[in-house]
This record gives sequence, C-alpha cells and structure tokens, in this order.
Amino acid sequence: MHEMEARLHAVAAKRWRVAIWLSAMMLTAYYGFILLVAFNKPLLSTVLSTAPNAAGVMTPGLSLGILLGALVIVTAWVLTLVYTFWANTKYDHEIHELAHLRG
Amino acid sequence: MGAGTNYTAILFFFVFVGATLVITYFAARQTKTTEHFYAAGRSITGFQNGLALAGDYMSAASFLGIAGLVAMNGFDGLIYSTGWLVGWPIILFLIAEPLRNLGKYTFTDVVAYRLQQKPVRVASAIGTMCVVLTYLIAQMVGSGTLIKLLFGLDYTLSVIIVGCVMMIYVLFGGMIATTWVQIIKAGLLLGGATVMAVIVLSKFGFNPINLFAQAASSGCDPAAPTGSQMFCYGQKVLEPGTKVVTGAWDAVSLGMALMFGTAGLPHILMRFYTVPNAKAARVSVMWATIWIGFFYLITFILGFGAMVLVGQKSILAVGGGGNMAAPMLAQVIAGDVFFGFICAVAFATILAVVAGLTLAGAGALSHDLWVNVVRGGHAPQHEQMMAARASSIILAVCAILLGIVFEGQNVAYMVGLTFSIAASANFPALVMSVFWKRFTTWGAVCSIMFGALATLLLIYCGPTIQIDLLGPKAPPAGSAPELVAAYQAAIAAIKAQWFYFPLKNPCLYTMTGAFLVGIVVSLLGPERAAQEGFAEVERRAVLGEPRGAAAE
Repeated sequence: MHEMEARLHAVAAKRWRVAIWLSAMMLTAYYGFILLVAFNKPLLSTVLSTAPNAAGVMTPGLSLGILLGALVIVTAWVLTLVYTFWANTKYDHEIHELAHLRG
Repeated sequence: MGAGTNYTAILFFFVFVGATLVITYFAARQTKTTEHFYAAGRSITGFQNGLALAGDYMSAASFLGIAGLVAMNGFDGLIYSTGWLVGWPIILFLIAEPLRNLGKYTFTDVVAYRLQQKPVRVASAIGTMCVVLTYLIAQMVGSGTLIKLLFGLDYTLSVIIVGCVMMIYVLFGGMIATTWVQIIKAGLLLGGATVMAVIVLSKFGFNPINLFAQAASSGCDPAAPTGSQMFCYGQKVLEPGTKVVTGAWDAVSLGMALMFGTAGLPHILMRFYTVPNAKAARVSVMWATIWIGFFYLITFILGFGAMVLVGQKSILAVGGGGNMAAPMLAQVIAGDVFFGFICAVAFATILAVVAGLTLAGAGALSHDLWVNVVRGGHAPQHEQMMAARASSIILAVCAILLGIVFEGQNVAYMVGLTFSIAASANFPALVMSVFWKRFTTWGAVCSIMFGALATLLLIYCGPTIQIDLLGPKAPPAGSAPELVAAYQAAIAAIKAQWFYFPLKNPCLYTMTGAFLVGIVVSLLGPERAAQEGFAEVERRAVLGEPRGAAAE
C-alpha cells in the first residue's frame, strides 16, 4: 500500500511537471506576442512579403505581426497534440498499472 | 439588405429549429435523472464533446464580432482570436482531467471537494451566476440586435423567440439536447465558414498574401467624410493599431482575461462531465483546440475578404458596427441563398451558446445551492430534477427580461467583463483547490468573492463605464475648436477623479489579487480537515472514481 502511494505521488508529480512546462511554453508564446503588440509595434509592422495587387503593383502582403499571430495558433495546436500524445501513451500506461495495483 | 424580412434566412432557421426540436424530443425520453440532465449520462465521446465545446465557445461574438473587427481594423482582430484560443491548452494541461475525475456536475464540486460544502458552494455559485448573467446579457442583447439586422424581425420578439426555443432545449432535453444542438451548430458554422474562405481565396489565387496585399493597397476612399481616416486602409491594416489595445498594460491585462477567463467559464467546464472518463476529457480539449484554432484562422481570412470584396463603407452603412461583415461577404460571393444560410447559422450560434449558459446557471442554482446547501446534499432524485427544471425556467425568464431591459445599450464590454470575472473569481479558486494542499474554505470563499466584486467595481470605475457609457459624447469630426476643447476638458476631469481606474480590463489586478487573497487567508487560518483531504484529492485527480473503470 505504501509503495502504491509513492508511485501515485510520482505519477502525479510527473504530470504536474509536464503540465507546468507546456503551460509555460504557451504563456511565453502568447505573452511574447502580446508584449510585442503592446511595446514594439514597429517591429510587428515589418513587411515580410509582397504580392501584386489588382493593378499589378507589388504591395506589402504579409507583416511579421500576422505571421506571429498565426504562429501562436499553430503553437497552441502543437502543444495540445504533444500533451495528448504523451498522456495517451506514457501517462495512461502508468495509471493503468496503478489502477491494477489498487485492484 | 438589413431592411425587410429575409425569408430565405427564416426558412433555413426553421429547418434548424425543427431538426433540433426532433433531437430534443428523443433526448427528453432519455432525460430521466440528473446524471442525464447535467451530464448527458456521461455518454458523449471525446470527438463529439470536442465539437460541442467548440460549438459552445464559438459564439456570435467570435464569428460575427471577430470577422467584423478584422474587416474594420485588419491585424487587431488577431489579438482577440489568439487570446481566445490559448486558453484551451491551459484548460487541457491544468484543468480538464482533475476536473473530470473530481467533480460530478459543476466545477464547484471540485472546489468544494475537501472544503466545507456550504460556504464554498454559496461563494462559487455567486461566481458562476455573475459569469452566466453577464454573458447572457451580452448574448441576448447581441441576438436581438442581430436578428433585427439579419431577419428584419422586431427586437423584443427576437429576444423572446431565442429565450423560448433555448428553454425548450434545456428544460426537456437537458445536456443531451444541448450537446447535439452545439455539435450541429459547430458543424454548420465550420462548414459554412470554410466554404466562404475557399471562395474568397479562389479569387486571390489561393494565396492569403495576395488577399492581404489587395487590402493593403486600397487607397483612401475619395467619398469618405473629411477628417475621417476610416476608409484609408493602406498598409496599416497589416499592422497593430490602436482600436483594440489603447495602452501597453491594457494589452497585458486583456490578454490575461482572454486566456484564463476561458478556463473559468462554467458552461465550458461543465462539458467535461459529459464524457465517460479523464482520457475522453483530454481528447475532447484536443479536438476543441484544433477546431477553434482553425475557425479563427478562417475568420481572419473572412474579415480581410469582407474588407476587400464588400468594403468597410458598405459594412458600416448597414449598421451593427461591423458585425454584418461576414453575412454581407456571403451575399457578395455566393448570393442570397448562402446569405440566408449564414444568417441562420449566426442565429443558431446564439441559441446554442445561451442554452449552454442556461444549463450551467441551472447547475449552480439547483445542484450547488438547492441540493447541496439548502438540502445538505440529501435530496431525492425527483426533487433534484424538479429543482433543475425550475432553475432552467428561472434563468430563461431572466435571460429574456435582461435582453429586453438592456435593449439599445452598448453591451460589447459585457463579454470582456464576463471573461474578467471568470478569470478572477473562478479560475484561481479552481486551480488552488486542486494543486495547493493548504488551501482552506475561507481562502476559497474570500478569493472568489474578491475576484467577482473587485472586477465589477474596477470595470465600473474604468474607462468603459465612466467615459464610454457615462461620459460626454465626442463631438463629430470637424466641430468648432471650443466644442472639442470642452470635450477634452470633460474627459480630463473624469480621469482626474480619485476613483478612476485607468485600465479597460482590470484582470491584471483582480486575478493576481484573487490568488493573493486566497493564499493569505488560507495561511492565516489553517484548516486541518482540508489538508488531510488533499491526499484523497490527489489520488482521485489521477485515478478517478474509486470503483469502476478508472483508466479506461
């Protein structure tokens, strides 16, 4: 029984660590974006790519801001998939064993 | 457009309501116990719940509102879309699984798990009701105004229709019907928006950069009123502007409210009880994040599409402050029938969100207050069902009345208020109760009450209420200089008052404050029973309910 409590603690602590790390990454990505919006608008206004408009004149088409905004969304996807994959394989496996120990 | 009755839209809407009422009829035959009423018998799969979560979350404010924001301001719309999305991974990492394993019907179950039931449940129900009512006001007033624009129906009549249809779903079909309404709505919304985005992009060689370039190259409209910068899009549509974010700290505070508010919305948290186990809860957030992120990317394209293909001037001319951008785009690119379809989807969106809110409110009133506080946790099943249905009726009547009372008011700030309260009152207490051993009953009560009251107070003292709502109206552009000077003096006088709070969104202070209050109060009066109960919380948060299939 004591051994099971210890293993349970370890599993809970591990999930907690993974959760904190992933949350910190999400916060960094999002707050990086928001702080740039708040404090460095000129940087976000940097033009990355141009494209012809209806008149055939090359005009700015993509700013760093739009790219980073889209990347925040992609980051959210990636972190979500990473966690789900980790939890569905590793974490669930350990819980499954613990549940068997408990009977 | 806008004037007259839109029969195509009404036809589509009747088809939607008809189909969902049939579902409600079958759901009602299954809805015999509170387990069905609040939690759909735990029978929803992870994928289905992911769609339903997306349906619950993609409100008219995010579809029409963000498309409109992007159409009018370009880049700034992204600040809202990203903020509303990044709350989801946080829910997944910190909240979803412990919530599913520890609770029964409401997130209050989790907060109160090892604390004294009555005080915590009362405080938490107050937090829930603040969120539910402010969000209901925003949705109902928004729906009345929108339906007037979309369908040409009278405001009061629209509010009553929304209230009644929603009440039928919730009252008879409970969570089962609500879930299916949300799934169908999410499918229609995602499908409709995707078709629109594909048509828009097809006009620009399937390259969004061409679309953005076209928007950025539109010069000043010669017909725009003098002194107005409104119709000069130019390159600034690709850059951060001043519309959404007025100051740096405002941006930080708004970001906090959007991000953590999502993790404190009672109608979202309640959805995690509809799945059979923690794994399904996890999978459902994964799907919700994918769908919602996809939806926001598409909405950004639609906003720019409306800016280029419809034009800001025409969007403003119909009224609704930009909200009509997406439906108008539908009409321009695909004709009247598609316009009717998108209008009906917008209506369905409102219905699904208010149904979810009503159910969450009913959970707080009947499960938390009536069953667990008044009856001390012991009420027979039929009485619990009675209380749940009575609460649904009370909430539906409240929703209709609030919609009528707030007619014509600017309620845009209500959504911000909702997210601020959710982030300040609900989120800190929920996190501390699951992760912090020394959290106490009074720590929870004080944290929740501080979060709710401080948010209400600071919003009241802030620029939204004091200047935008109560302050003097800005003189029209080109007014006499003395008028402008008098206006600026009046604004400066308001800002100089001792109680004036400079941030539009107080979340930076209120959420931090709610954490501090919870910690300080808990440390001042340790609670032995709560600490001893923590081992049980930790065990159950990982393993789930003691009996039955724990991990699978």
